[in-house]
Amino acid sequence: MVLGKTITEIRNLLKTKKISREEVFSFFIKRIEKYNPNINAFLTTLRKPESIVSDGLLSGIPLAVKDNFCTKGIRTTASAKVLDNFIPPYESTTTSRLKLAGYELLGKTNMDAWAHGSSTETSDYGPTKNPWDTSRSPGGSSGGTAAAVSAYLAPAGIGSETAGSIRQPASWSGVVGLKPTYGRVSRYGVIAMGSSLDCPGPITRSVEDAAIILQAIAGKDPHDATSASVPVEDYVLKMKEKKTYTIGIAQEYFEGLDEDIKKSLEEAIKIFEKMGFKTKKISLLSPQYSISVYTIIQRAEVMSNLARYDGIRYGNPRSFFGSEAKRRGMLGTYTLSYGYYDAFFKKAQKVRTLIINDFKRVFKDVDFIIGTPTPITALKLGEFEKYSFFGELMDKFNEPAAMSGIPAISLPTGLDRNDLPMSIHLMANYFRESDLLNASYQFEKETDFMGVIKKGIANLK
Amino acid sequence: MKNYIPVIGLEIHVELNTKSGMFCQCANGMHEAEPNSQVCPVCLGLPGALPVPNKKAMEWTIKIGKALNCIISKHTKFDRKHYSYPDLPKGYQISQYDEPIALTGYLEFGKNHGTYKNEEKKFRIHRVHLEEDTGKLIHTGDDTRIDFNRSGVPLAEIVTEPDFSSSSDVKMFLEELHTIIRYLDVSEADLEKGTMRMEPNISVRVVESEKLKAESQSTDFKLPNYKVEVKNINSFNFVKRAIDFEVARHIELLEKGETPVQETRGWNSEKGITYSQRTKEGAHDYRYFPEPDIPPFNFSNEYIDEVKKSLPELPSTRLNHFVNEYRLKPIDAFILTRDKKTADYFESIATNEHITNAGQTVANVIINKKISTSLSVEAFITEFLKLTKPIETNRALLDTTVSSILTANKKAVTEYKSGKVTVIMFLVGQVMREMKGRADASIVRKALEEKLQV
Repeated sequence: MVLGKTITEIRNLLKTKKISREEVFSFFIKRIEKYNPNINAFLTTLRKPESIVSDGLLSGIPLAVKDNFCTKGIRTTASAKVLDNFIPPYESTTTSRLKLAGYELLGKTNMDAWAHGSSTETSDYGPTKNPWDTSRSPGGSSGGTAAAVSAYLAPAGIGSETAGSIRQPASWSGVVGLKPTYGRVSRYGVIAMGSSLDCPGPITRSVEDAAIILQAIAGKDPHDATSASVPVEDYVLKMKEKKTYTIGIAQEYFEGLDEDIKKSLEEAIKIFEKMGFKTKKISLLSPQYSISVYTIIQRAEVMSNLARYDGIRYGNPRSFFGSEAKRRGMLGTYTLSYGYYDAFFKKAQKVRTLIINDFKRVFKDVDFIIGTPTPITALKLGEFEKYSFFGELMDKFNEPAAMSGIPAISLPTGLDRNDLPMSIHLMANYFRESDLLNASYQFEKETDFMGVIKKGIANLK
Repeated sequence: MKNYIPVIGLEIHVELNTKSGMFCQCANGMHEAEPNSQVCPVCLGLPGALPVPNKKAMEWTIKIGKALNCIISKHTKFDRKHYSYPDLPKGYQISQYDEPIALTGYLEFGKNHGTYKNEEKKFRIHRVHLEEDTGKLIHTGDDTRIDFNRSGVPLAEIVTEPDFSSSSDVKMFLEELHTIIRYLDVSEADLEKGTMRMEPNISVRVVESEKLKAESQSTDFKLPNYKVEVKNINSFNFVKRAIDFEVARHIELLEKGETPVQETRGWNSEKGITYSQRTKEGAHDYRYFPEPDIPPFNFSNEYIDEVKKSLPELPSTRLNHFVNEYRLKPIDAFILTRDKKTADYFESIATNEHITNAGQTVANVIINKKISTSLSVEAFITEFLKLTKPIETNRALLDTTVSSILTANKKAVTEYKSGKVTVIMFLVGQVMREMKGRADASIVRKALEEKLQV
């Protein structure tokens, strides 16, 4: 009865008392028990539903939460052995808000350690496997949540991204991934990676589910000075208004794509046109620039954010740090060192401003910019280790939205020659989540994502 | 011949006594609280915790800046200053690097400044910025424990230019700064408790004799190629003594042709000496970068003006005001203005409708503690009027008393008539005693003089 259902559908079953919340919860626990040993999406699971909110947006809905969100009394590791025994004494704003909406925490999901990576392979607890092909990576760093949603070990989940860590795993795992505007969702209680970039967001099986979760978690937070006071819209309501938009097509975002992905992207554009959307050729700064800017700024922030893990007050000593964290810390230390700041960090900040201005210019003419979140489909596990900057290079289409802080969404558009999911990527202007969701919802209605999401479960062994 | 001029700059840290912490909601000013009882995820630097700046602390730093005649930055931001120490839970301190709240001010000392020798002085302020305090290490036997109650307390840092050439100037400056901070009511500025901490940076420059006069007035000189910072000093006198100790030590080394080592030294108040703590090899690399968790600030002119308007009359202005308005002796005005409460008390009495042109008398009474200032203003005034009320003199009794005293003191009368007029005071005293004090001394004197002229 529950298998494959979206949040909206489960909510209806619960409301009409066709099923109890305990039954919903144990349905997912049973699936986790069956499939997780192979997929390794969850690091920690809970035993029973505990919410006392019965009439919230998410009452009775179990969700998978990435293990970098602090959950009071429940182990939170960010997949790093440094925090192997860390039990937070406080709750992140995102999960607090989910609690207020009545959600059930199903478990904490695997990720790249400290969110450093695009494959979950840097996790100190072993990689998560892609449910579509367990010899492959689900993407990362929110790979655990993406794989859990894809394999329906959870109806939906929470991820976070610094540059692509929601959109890329959503794409590789064949589900929907939304990166909200920076500041739309509070970062309080999210173990920081790149503080000027980090964004919590939903990974779901439908656009409506993404809208529901965003509705629950978005908004100004007195605990996060960078959270925005822009009013939160009724995303579900606004999503369903019939609107047409102009989509910008920038050649710079079509370079270096896999043939199948390029083809499916071109088809998606045709579908939007058929739906009555206008398209417009535009020119943007090459996403190439974002790679260097992102690498410099993120490494500097990583160095700083990891400085607190000295093992004195909590957690294990520094010797528990994995090699990726050490590499990042060293590069960050270097770029901020006396005499190098101007050449690296300051220059990167200037280019970041140019990227922001570039987007602002383009969004005067178009509502969205279309592309793909990743130039290739899921890689085999182990392939990342060959290239230390592979994640950064592969995430080049995700990085511009991260650097500028604009919202973006990843939507499934079919399977490639290896039966692996592909996606398109829409970027929108600041705080235009409701438009982004509106267009995505229309695309979903039109295409049902080519059946990708449903096939994900059927495919599962 | 070589001459030596000390070059001294100051760093002063002042803990602001805002209600809550610099970046969290923890109660502030709980120095006596149980260790680690006033902490939260933010000031403990737990994973995922974020700082939210305290607006009041920013406003108060602007106040300090304004009181020190600084330019207030309209654009300001916080930065992360990285260093590793167990009392610093995040591995970095949130501070301000290149855009401090206040810049380029000064503090002037006028001729009326009580402790000073009738010379005008001016010392420049380099900057005033805001940061968070660290935790405290407590060493007991072989153990070191950390108390994080102080972690995240707002800390204003005031940095002067190296404008001081004598330890007494430094002491005067620090005392005045302390008075100003207390006037602003932004900090307890308690040296014992460490809510005001002072670190002099000391070096000594060598000047040729013929240039001595010109050089000693200059602020535009080449700084010596070393400096010594002295920490852990908790009284103004100790600052003075530490500087004197250091200057003598440096001169001794320089005389031998050596350069003192650039280092941080501690002060041992029992022995009255400084001792080496750690040597600094050039500038520390703190890897500063803008704090991404706190957006930069833009202050409007209106806001800055509003804060400026909220400043009280500052001690030096008030000193001059007391001299001009109440005709006080500068030294008395200085004493009364050292503490805002006392100055306020004085002023509410001096301006009271029952008191006319008696400012200096009120000042004397307060300073000499003839009437307690713990009384209410009304009660003080009643006492004051009683104390200063002219005594009614019984004329008839006076005349007979004067006559009998003059008769009984023939020797004194002769002396007076032969020119030793000061003897009259003895006679006044005799009359006063005879009349049991119920006479006005000036009237007694007048009556005596009249009789003696005859």
